[in-house]
Amino acid sequence: MSDRRKALRYRSRILQSEDERRPETHPLTWRLHDDGRVVNLEDYRAQEGYEALEAVLKGDPKAVIAAMKEANVRGRGGAGFSAGLKWSLTLQGGDMPRGYLVCNADEMEPGTFKDRLVMEQQPHLLIEGMIIGAYANNSKMGYIFLRGEYVECAHVLNQALAEAREAGWLGTDIAGSGFDFDIVLHSGAGRYICGEETALISSLEGKRANPRAKPPFPGQSGAWGKPTVVNNVETLCNVPAVMLKGSDWYQQLSGDRTDDGGTKLYGVSGPVQRPGLWELPMGTTGQEILELAGGVRNGRKLKAWLPGGASTGFLIPEHLELPLDFDTVGKEGSRLGTGLLTVVTEDQSMVSVMRNLEQFFARESCGWCTPCRDGLPWVVKLLQALECGEGEEGDIEMLAKLAKDNGPGLTFCAHAPGAAMPLETALKHFRHEFEQGIRHPRRAAHADPIPVGEI
Amino acid sequence: MNPSNSMPPRTIATDGDGFSLHPDDLEAIRGELHHFEQPQAACVEALKIVQRREGWVPDGAIPAIADALGLGPATIEGVATFYSLIFRQPVGRHVILVCDSSSCFLTGFDELRQGLVDQLGVEFGQTTEDGRFTLLPVCCLGACDGGPALMIDQDTYGPVLPKDLNDLLEAYP
Repeated sequence: MSDRRKALRYRSRILQSEDERRPETHPLTWRLHDDGRVVNLEDYRAQEGYEALEAVLKGDPKAVIAAMKEANVRGRGGAGFSAGLKWSLTLQGGDMPRGYLVCNADEMEPGTFKDRLVMEQQPHLLIEGMIIGAYANNSKMGYIFLRGEYVECAHVLNQALAEAREAGWLGTDIAGSGFDFDIVLHSGAGRYICGEETALISSLEGKRANPRAKPPFPGQSGAWGKPTVVNNVETLCNVPAVMLKGSDWYQQLSGDRTDDGGTKLYGVSGPVQRPGLWELPMGTTGQEILELAGGVRNGRKLKAWLPGGASTGFLIPEHLELPLDFDTVGKEGSRLGTGLLTVVTEDQSMVSVMRNLEQFFARESCGWCTPCRDGLPWVVKLLQALECGEGEEGDIEMLAKLAKDNGPGLTFCAHAPGAAMPLETALKHFRHEFEQGIRHPRRAAHADPIPVGEI
Repeated sequence: MNPSNSMPPRTIATDGDGFSLHPDDLEAIRGELHHFEQPQAACVEALKIVQRREGWVPDGAIPAIADALGLGPATIEGVATFYSLIFRQPVGRHVILVCDSSSCFLTGFDELRQGLVDQLGVEFGQTTEDGRFTLLPVCCLGACDGGPALMIDQDTYGPVLPKDLNDLLEAYP
C-alpha cells in the first residue's frame, strides 16, 4: 500500500492519551492503547476484565437489575431510557421462554462515531457487558447487530468472541455457574432504520426492516415473539464497571454536573480544528467539548450545533454553557441523542444543511407510515426550492406543518420525529435564512414558462 | 402456443435461470441456519454470501436462496430490494460508497463528489464503462472525525480531498 494511501486510511481513535485515562475515572476507555491496537483477552483479563462477570454469576440476577437501576445508566443510543428500568420490564420467570439480548451496534446516526471505537479496540468490554445483561434478563442467546460497513469491527469482534468462547466465558455452564449463553455476530446490509429497536428485530429475523407498533414492547415480545432486550453498545459497555465498583461510584463520576451518572463518549465533528472523541463526565458542557476540539476551523464563528446526531434539534452558541445530559438538553427543545456534536459555522447555509439532513431522512424512511414516506420528500422539495431562491410564500408555513405532522406519536417509530426536530428548531432559530429563499409572492405570476416541443 | 402472448410479465424470477448456488455458498447458508430460531433470519446473510462471490445478486439467485431456506422467492426479493448494500444490478469490480451525511456535508462532501464525478465520468448509481467502479452514496459511515469520508470495497478513508483521489483509486485496478 502506498504511504499516501495508508495515511488516508480512517482509524478510529480517542484523543486522550493513556496517561489521562484512569480506571477510576474512565471506565469505558482506560484500557485502550495509545497506538490503537486491540485490547485482547490477555490484556483485558489482566486489567479487571471479566471480574465483574465472575462476581455477578455468583449472585442473584435481580441484584444486577437493581444495581443498574440505582446507577441510573441511561441508554446511550440516544433515547436515554434507563437500562435498569428496561431490564426490570423484561418478562421472565418459570412460565416464560428464555429470550434474547441484542446489542444495537448499527451505528448510523449522522455525526456518530463512538461505538466503532469500543468495538474495534476493546471488544471484550462489550462482550462482558452483554453476558452480564443476559444473566440479568435470563437471555439464552445474544446477537450483536453490527452495521455492514463496519468491516474492521466484525473482524475484531469475531476474533474476540472466539477467544471468549475458548476461555469459557461463552457457551454452556459459564465459569461453572450453570448459566448458558452465547453470542452471534449479525452483520447488516445497510439502511439507517435498522437502528430503531423494533426495526432492528425485524431485520434480525430476516425481514424488511419495518418498525413494529409498541406495545408490545420488545421486552414482552421481541425477536420471534420472545422477550428481547435491545441495548446500545456504549450502554452495555457501562455494565461491567457498574457491577464491579458499585452504583455510588458510578453516580459520583459525573460529580455535581448532573443527576445522570457515569461518563459519556462525547465527540465533535464538522468544521472544527481537532474533530474527535473523548470520554468525559456526564454533563460536560458543549463549551468544554468544543474547546477540546480546538474550536471552529479557520477563525470562523459557530452558528449552530447538533448535540447528538441528525435527529436532534439545533442549538445555538448560547446553549454551549449547558451541561450535556438528557434532561437539560431536552428542556431546550432538543435531545442529547448520542452526545456527539455536529458543528455548523457562520458561513454555512442553514437551508442547505437542512436540505442535506432531510434528504437523508427521506431516503432512509422505510416507507411504512404515510407522513414519513410522503411528507419527507415534500420537505426536501420545499427546501431545494428555498435553497436556490425559488421558494414561494407559504413554503415556510408548509415546512412547519409537515414537521408537526411528523411529530411524536403520529408514526410507528421515531424516524419521522427525528426528521422533524432539526427542522423545527432550524425554523425557530434561523427563520430569516429560510425567508431569503422566497422569491414569488403567493398567486403572483411566475416567469414565462418555457414551451416544450413543437406546437 | 405463442410464448410471447402466454408469458406473464415477470417481475420476480421463479425459476433458476440456469443459476445454481456454489456448493460452498450453499453450505455457508445452511451453516447460518443454526444461529437463528427461524430460517428466514439467514436470508440477509445468504444474499451477502451470494454477493461476495458474484459481486451482485443475479435474478436466478433469488429462487435459489428461497429454495435453500424453504421460503418463497417474493420474500427473498422483498428483502433483497430493501437493503442498500444488497445489489440487484451488476456493479463494477470496486464499489465506492461516499458518505453524504451531515458531518461530511459540512466538511467537503460536495467537492469530493464532484472530484469523483470528474475523475470517473459517472454519477451516483452508475458504473464506469470499463466496469471498474460503481459510485454510490451511503449513510453516515461513522468516520465523522475524518470527514469527508468514503469507502472503497472494505476500506474506509478520510478525510479525503479531491486531490487525493488519483493515489487512492489507482490501488483498485
